Amino acid sequence: MRYNIWAYILVMAGVTYLVRMLPLALMRKRLENKFIRSFLFYVPYAVLTVMTVPAVFESTGSLASACAGFAVAMLLAYRGAQLLPVAIAACGTAFAVDWLLTLF
Amino acid sequence: MEQTQGVCRNSLTAGLRDGVPIGLGYFSVSITFGMMAVASGLPVWAAVAISMTNVTSAGQFAGLGVIVANGSLFEMALTQLVINARYALMSLSLSQKLDRRVTPADRFLMSFMITDEVYAVAAGGEGSVGRRYFYGLMLAPYLGWALGTLTGAVASSLLPAMVQSALGIAIYGMFIAIVVPVAKKVRPVLKVVALSVVLSCAVHYLPVLNQISSGFTIILCTVVAAAAGAVLFPVKEASE
Repeated sequence: MRYNIWAYILVMAGVTYLVRMLPLALMRKRLENKFIRSFLFYVPYAVLTVMTVPAVFESTGSLASACAGFAVAMLLAYRGAQLLPVAIAACGTAFAVDWLLTLF
Repeated sequence: MEQTQGVCRNSLTAGLRDGVPIGLGYFSVSITFGMMAVASGLPVWAAVAISMTNVTSAGQFAGLGVIVANGSLFEMALTQLVINARYALMSLSLSQKLDRRVTPADRFLMSFMITDEVYAVAAGGEGSVGRRYFYGLMLAPYLGWALGTLTGAVASSLLPAMVQSALGIAIYGMFIAIVVPVAKKVRPVLKVVALSVVLSCAVHYLPVLNQISSGFTIILCTVVAAAAGAVLFPVKEASE
C-alpha cells in the first residue's frame, strides 16, 4: 500500500460525500443538458463493464475456473437471476473447477 | 397510495418500514465487500470504516481496486468522482422533491445516504419528501451495510485459501448481474457495454496503453464509452 490506509479512506469518503451533498445543498434548478443526462445514464453500465472485463479472468485460482464462473454468471444473469444468487453461483463454479484441477 | 400530490411524507415509522427491505439487501451485498476487502489484504476495521464512511457499492469496490493497485490519492479521487457521478444526478433530482421545511443542515446529513435504492424509494413516491421520513428510511440501509461488511470481513479471515480465491469472482458476478439484464432490454446500453469491453481490453493488453494504471484505465474507458453512448444514443426523458 502506497499511503496510509486512512488517507485512502478519507479521500474516498470525502469525494463521495461531496458528489452527493453539493447538488442537494446548492442546486435548485433542473439539469436540462441532454448530453450530461445521457452520459450519466450510461456511466454505471460502462464502469461496471470496464471493471469486470478483463479483470474477472484473473480473479480466481486459475483461468479455467474464472472462465467457468464467468460463463455461469452470464447465463444466470441473462435469465434474470438476482445479484446474490449470480455471485454465489460464480463462486461455487470457480471453486468446483479449481477443486477438480487439484485431482489431476 | 393514500397520499396525493402536494402531501408531504414525513412519518418516521413509515420511513423505517420502507428502509427494512433495502437494509436486508445491503446486508447481503456488503458481505461480499467485507470478504473482498479482507481477501485483498485490508484489515477488518478498514473494511468496516470504508463502508461506514462511503455507503456505495461500485465506488467502494473500485476504491478497493485502487488501494490494491497502489494507486495515487489523485487516482482515488478521480475514480470516486467518475463512478459516483450518478449520485449527483440523484441528489439534484431529490432536491426538487424535498419538503419546504427541510433545513440546509438536514440537507448536509441526508445527502450522506443518497444511494441508488434509498433515492429510488424516496423520490419514487408521491408528494414531497419530509426530513423525518428520510431519516427513518436511512437507518436500516446504513446498519445493514455496516454490519454486512463486518460479517463478511470476519468470515473471510476464517475461510481456507481455496475458498477465499474462489470468492474473488463474487464481485464480478454481481456486476454481471447488474449489467446483463439492462443490456438485454435496452439496445444502446448493450452497445455501450460492448464498446466498454473493447476499450478495456485494448488498454489492458496493447503495448504502451497497458502502462496506464488501473485507476485511470477505469476512468478513461468509462468516460469514452459513456460519452460515445450519450452522443450516439441520447436518452429520452422516459428512460431516466
